Amino acid sequence: MILCKVLGPVIATEKHPAFARLKLLVVQPIDQKGAASGKSFLAVDRAVQSGEGDTVLVLREGNGVRQLFGLPLTAKWPIRSCVVGVVDAVE
Amino acid sequence: MYLGMVVGTVVAERKCEGLGGQKLLLVQPVDHRRQPNGRLEVAVDTVRAGRGDFVFLVGSREAALALEPSFVPVDAAVVGIVDQVRA
Repeated sequence: MILCKVLGPVIATEKHPAFARLKLLVVQPIDQKGAASGKSFLAVDRAVQSGEGDTVLVLREGNGVRQLFGLPLTAKWPIRSCVVGVVDAVE
Repeated sequence: MYLGMVVGTVVAERKCEGLGGQKLLLVQPVDHRRQPNGRLEVAVDTVRAGRGDFVFLVGSREAALALEPSFVPVDAAVVGIVDQVRA
């Protein structure tokens, strides 16, 4: 997983059915001091209800995401990255 | 997943089995401010996107999972059209 800061939500009406009812967020990878490091990308939120400005833990692996959603690893589920935790502190 | 702008379409008559019937789009990956973010790439379309559309894509093996059948040789798929980014 990597540390990211949530920049904000993406609103999309026309999308693959796998994304229905999922919150899609723009996230920016950050270093341990909170500075941006690398390119921003998109991740869905899996029940951790993260919002703009939150520091989060992001999983970037499709099989892991499918397991998280309780799907078989062969499921037709084109989602690769998911917010799996809201970070309280990095020490 | 990541954001992109569709800048064109790609036509290839001779292509691998599995790619038949797939619309190929030329996409410039962008950040949330629509500024270019990486190299131009070719992605299959699953949402009837066209030139000028602000879209989001999925890469890697999950790109193939957006298609039916899913055992196709692609590594990027357009899976949504963005209405708005609130960031």
